[in-house]
Amino acid sequence: MSSTTEPILRLRGITKSFGPVEVLKGIDFEAHRGEVTALVGDNGAGKSTLVKCIGGTYSIDGGEYLFEGSPVTVRGPRDASALGIEIVYQDLALADNLDIVQNMFLGREALVKKTRTLDEAEMEHMAGQALASLSVRTVKSVRQKVSSLSGGQRQTVAIAKTVLWNSKVVILDEPTAALGVAQTAQVLDLVRRLADQGMAVILISHNMLDVLKVSDRVAALYLGRMAAQVKTSDVNQTQIVELITAGRSGSLGLVESTNGAAA
Amino acid sequence: MSSTDTTPQNAAPENSAAQDAAPENSAPQNGAARSVVAEHEAANPAANVTALIPQTLGGTFRSYARRVRSGDTGSVPAVVGAAILMLVFGLAQSSFLTTSNIVAIVQQAAPNTILAMGLVFVLLLGEIDLSAGVVGSTAAAVGAVLSVKHGMPWEVAILGAAVFGAVAGTILGWLRAKLNIPSFVVTLSAFIAFQGVQVLVINSKSNGIQITDQTLHNLYFGRLTPAAGWAVLIVSVVLYALVKLAQANARRRKGLANEPFAVLGLRVAAMLVFGGLFVHFMNIDQAADWQQREGIHQRGVPWSAVVILGLLVVLSFVLTKTRYGRHVFAVGGNEEAARRAGIRVVSIRISVFVICSALAAFSGLVLAGQLGGANTGDGGGNILLYAVAAAVIGGTSLMGGRGRVVDAILGGAVLAILANGVSDLIQGGNSAAYELIIDGAVLLLAAAVDSMSRRAKS
Repeated sequence: MSSTTEPILRLRGITKSFGPVEVLKGIDFEAHRGEVTALVGDNGAGKSTLVKCIGGTYSIDGGEYLFEGSPVTVRGPRDASALGIEIVYQDLALADNLDIVQNMFLGREALVKKTRTLDEAEMEHMAGQALASLSVRTVKSVRQKVSSLSGGQRQTVAIAKTVLWNSKVVILDEPTAALGVAQTAQVLDLVRRLADQGMAVILISHNMLDVLKVSDRVAALYLGRMAAQVKTSDVNQTQIVELITAGRSGSLGLVESTNGAAA
Repeated sequence: MSSTDTTPQNAAPENSAAQDAAPENSAPQNGAARSVVAEHEAANPAANVTALIPQTLGGTFRSYARRVRSGDTGSVPAVVGAAILMLVFGLAQSSFLTTSNIVAIVQQAAPNTILAMGLVFVLLLGEIDLSAGVVGSTAAAVGAVLSVKHGMPWEVAILGAAVFGAVAGTILGWLRAKLNIPSFVVTLSAFIAFQGVQVLVINSKSNGIQITDQTLHNLYFGRLTPAAGWAVLIVSVVLYALVKLAQANARRRKGLANEPFAVLGLRVAAMLVFGGLFVHFMNIDQAADWQQREGIHQRGVPWSAVVILGLLVVLSFVLTKTRYGRHVFAVGGNEEAARRAGIRVVSIRISVFVICSALAAFSGLVLAGQLGGANTGDGGGNILLYAVAAAVIGGTSLMGGRGRVVDAILGGAVLAILANGVSDLIQGGNSAAYELIIDGAVLLLAAAVDSMSRRAKS
């Protein structure tokens, strides 16, 4: 698991409990610039909790959170945003009644300096550029209402939003879960292009084909532990599935497989 | 997913992508479609996603017609409804389209319209404020007490009423946003409770306070001089054109597409024609000849119309040009999205109740001007429901996320025309009964248009 470059995001021994329930039991995790890291794991393995800890929605109980090599404290979503960490949630968080530009700038609207009014021209210009940088051709007009967009187009808008804010780490929560075949291919393309722009992309997915197709590394969670974080090229689908379901696969994975007894 | 029907239009540059009904077909459907797309991409190597704005007058109309057909009806039902009502009443009774009656309609529309303008903010969040009418009239009673019992000048009376409204709105908003009590319950309770507060504020055996201040009367009855009416119209249109040109200029500097200038020209022309007709009608002197010889005139644009125009400009600016307004729409559209975007949802929610109640106070003052004073029971009954009806008839959605301040004016005009026409048309003992039935039917019609347009969209 050695890497030539310093990972932009590195977590060491992260723990998180909700009351008596220990959800994260000392997670090590890293994400690299220009790479797609797939975060896989069964339901309840702790994927969402880990992501919410990274994004600042939950505070971590213990462990180290290193960003660009230095330890940081993330107390809330705003701290994470300030670092350059963006999360694209499964339910997208777009307002249907607003158009694409308005959604992409929601909460961070550009203002004309003199009048303190919304700078629509600037926002429309920048939104167009962000979509162009991802070679998006699937939307008709940046002034379309989001209510008129398909699932794939919505996902595209949500992902393109992260480009706008020069994010360094982008976390995508099941971006292809509700999409058809063609739309899935488009969104995966988009995911790849994000990484090619130099971002560290963390992709949460249940779809092994997506994971193998687009990711550079796979991190498999098993019951609150990191079973393994390996290069995608070093594993096959069967091994990933074994890591997800059993926590180990051959020489990979957790050493003590007797979880029940160990606890 | 067939792209064949749209393929021919793709060749026409004017609406190439606008008519593309199948934007998601990454897999080529057939050779023809693919070659057209390829050609288009080859011709525009940097074909960014931009705003699709029709570049001809005809294209603008076609795009507007398409929007209306797809369910985004906007103000069309209200404008058509007002025109039909005017026609019907005008044909049915000779007295309807007289100058004095049209002036009366404009004045009668004012209290309800102002109340509806405030309600638009609350409706945008998908909330309701059932208490606005009573709170407004209670605030007006506070203003009347300040003016009559304490001898304060009218400015203080208006300010006092506005502050009372704002405080009441803060309490309502706080109860809704912080304690999470549904706005229906909060404002229904307030509707009842404030009727009691109103009695205590008025505190009079005659159940009313006659206002004596001429300015407070003029909120309803006041008229501008003819010259001032024209000046307001010209200044408004010029300012509108200048703002639009500045916006177009800013867009051009960024290399963004603009509406054709003919569209702006048409808008300005329409404002001048309709505004001019309005001012002309309002300026016709209704005083008798002997009065005019004595220097007594009865003419001019009503103050209330100017007040409504001013409120329209200010509130529309707040809703569409400021960060705050954008956040109101966002909270109304998707509260969770707004929260994740860092918008302070609770503050936004409280603020719309404050705006609504403050405007309600103003509406109550205009109503008090009409009635000559503040009386117990003012602002109760159906008054609030008529204001909701005005906003909905104008095109504001009851479900939140969609609405404009101008909707209140359009809907308010429709209801005022209806009330005036029906009350004159139907004479006899049961006229009020028929009026209620017709009003109810119109509101139902408006709500039906609203829900049908939403169904057409989904």
